Amino acid sequence: MINFDHVTKTYRTNVGLDDVSVHINKGDFVFLVGPSGAGKSTFIKLILKEIDPDSGSITVDGKEVTKLSNREVPELRRKVGTVFQDFRLLPKKTVFENVAFAMEVLHKSRRQIRKQVPQILSLVGISDKAHKYPEELSAGEQQRVAIARAIVNNPTVLIADEPTGNLDPVTAAEIMDLLDQINLRGTTIVMVTHAKDIVDRMKKRVIAIEKGKIVRDREGIYIIDSMNAGEEVDGLE
Amino acid sequence: MALNSLFYNIKQGFLQIFRNKGMSLASIFSILAMLLILGIFFLIAVNLNLFTEVVKQDYDQVEVFLLDEATEEQVEAITAEMEDYAGVTAVTYRSKDEALDIMKERWGESGYLLDSLGDNPLPASLLISVDTIESAQAVSEHAAEFEGVEDVQFYQETVDKLTRITNFLQIGAVVVMIFLIVVSVVVVSNTIKLTVFARAREIRIMKYVGATNWFIRGPFISEGIIIGLLAALISTGLVSLLYSRIVEGFGMQVMAIVSCPLIPLGYMAGNMLIIFIALGVSIGAWGSIISMRKFLDA
Repeated sequence: MINFDHVTKTYRTNVGLDDVSVHINKGDFVFLVGPSGAGKSTFIKLILKEIDPDSGSITVDGKEVTKLSNREVPELRRKVGTVFQDFRLLPKKTVFENVAFAMEVLHKSRRQIRKQVPQILSLVGISDKAHKYPEELSAGEQQRVAIARAIVNNPTVLIADEPTGNLDPVTAAEIMDLLDQINLRGTTIVMVTHAKDIVDRMKKRVIAIEKGKIVRDREGIYIIDSMNAGEEVDGLE
Repeated sequence: MALNSLFYNIKQGFLQIFRNKGMSLASIFSILAMLLILGIFFLIAVNLNLFTEVVKQDYDQVEVFLLDEATEEQVEAITAEMEDYAGVTAVTYRSKDEALDIMKERWGESGYLLDSLGDNPLPASLLISVDTIESAQAVSEHAAEFEGVEDVQFYQETVDKLTRITNFLQIGAVVVMIFLIVVSVVVVSNTIKLTVFARAREIRIMKYVGATNWFIRGPFISEGIIIGLLAALISTGLVSLLYSRIVEGFGMQVMAIVSCPLIPLGYMAGNMLIIFIALGVSIGAWGSIISMRKFLDA
């Protein structure tokens, strides 16, 4: 599904990614962990072709991302849904309109929108809030809207960049359940997070990045070397 | 679906203009001012062109205007003498009545206006055709020496002068136009940049959900086109109003002085509207594409 082959990306002074190779299968649920500035954002930006690597090859759904022309980028973005820590909803649109917006952008017909949006809203559990504005919703509900918007066009991959970063633990757990549910429908999920408790509880594949390199890639729990002052601590497998 | 997105873009375009009234007005005025100046140049140039053409028709002729007091003998003497003069191919007499008829014909639809003249103010004349333009000079000088001759007109010089003026005017118009077009594009693109910034968040989200650049540009281009279109319509209206006032107020005088009518507005209004709309719309669209270029590259 997502394949990085010897990908290197350096910024003017620091390293983004350093010779990273990784493969994420279709239907996987993967956590991407690591300290700030380790290269997680670079990883995600590369998948979305917001930036291009200096060298190496990246494929998403069988297509070489680095070779896509500007015209082909929208097509890639349609395959890759995105959810962010700050929700990024449009404040002047209702919940329904925020989700419908993602379909309008793809020129979906009004009938299709009227049919599909309620389905997705009920999937993420906020059907009753369809005509409210984002500011009238709790943080957890806003994130649900963002998730609805990200999956309404049936992307094959969902990228979640610290989706629980602004949420209390209970709400965060609910959002994780929702993501798990979406994953069960067959959507590949790549989630960037700092939340150790969430990673530990989910028992999914964890890719740890530090200083642009993958330092660990296995099922299990959240471990990054810098948290342990360079001491090697193995998971509880 | 295509129709759907067209309406979407037009609606968004209007919304953006209303949200951003001040700058939108500034853009409209900028294009408007440019089109007004263009319009004035256009009208002068078209009229001068017509005038040049009219004059050119008489261009291988020397016209000798006769005093009303000139006797038949004097006229016959001049005719006889001039017919033998070097380079002259024919001499024709044109009476006062004929002169009036010709003028009526040139005035076309407005010809009836001449009926209200009590006395025919036009002089009788002798039309001397010459074989080459070069001999016209000598012929006209010789003809002026006769008794009973009021004036001799020979159009070569006038034609040259007119052509020079027209050319100069056209070059001037192009230079001024280019300058004004650039200014208008900059003003429009700055206006639209404001909307782009105001909607930066929305644009970013659009890109994340996979909107194409043209989809994102649509409403902004529509905003630019609407601004250009409004400016084109207003300026066509203003120039038409101004010109019809000029024709009303000075048409007769111009006719009397240069014996060539001002072109009626009806002949030009359509062309002017098309030119203005084409210019206004392309300036608007161009301005909006420029304003978004950096934004969409990211």
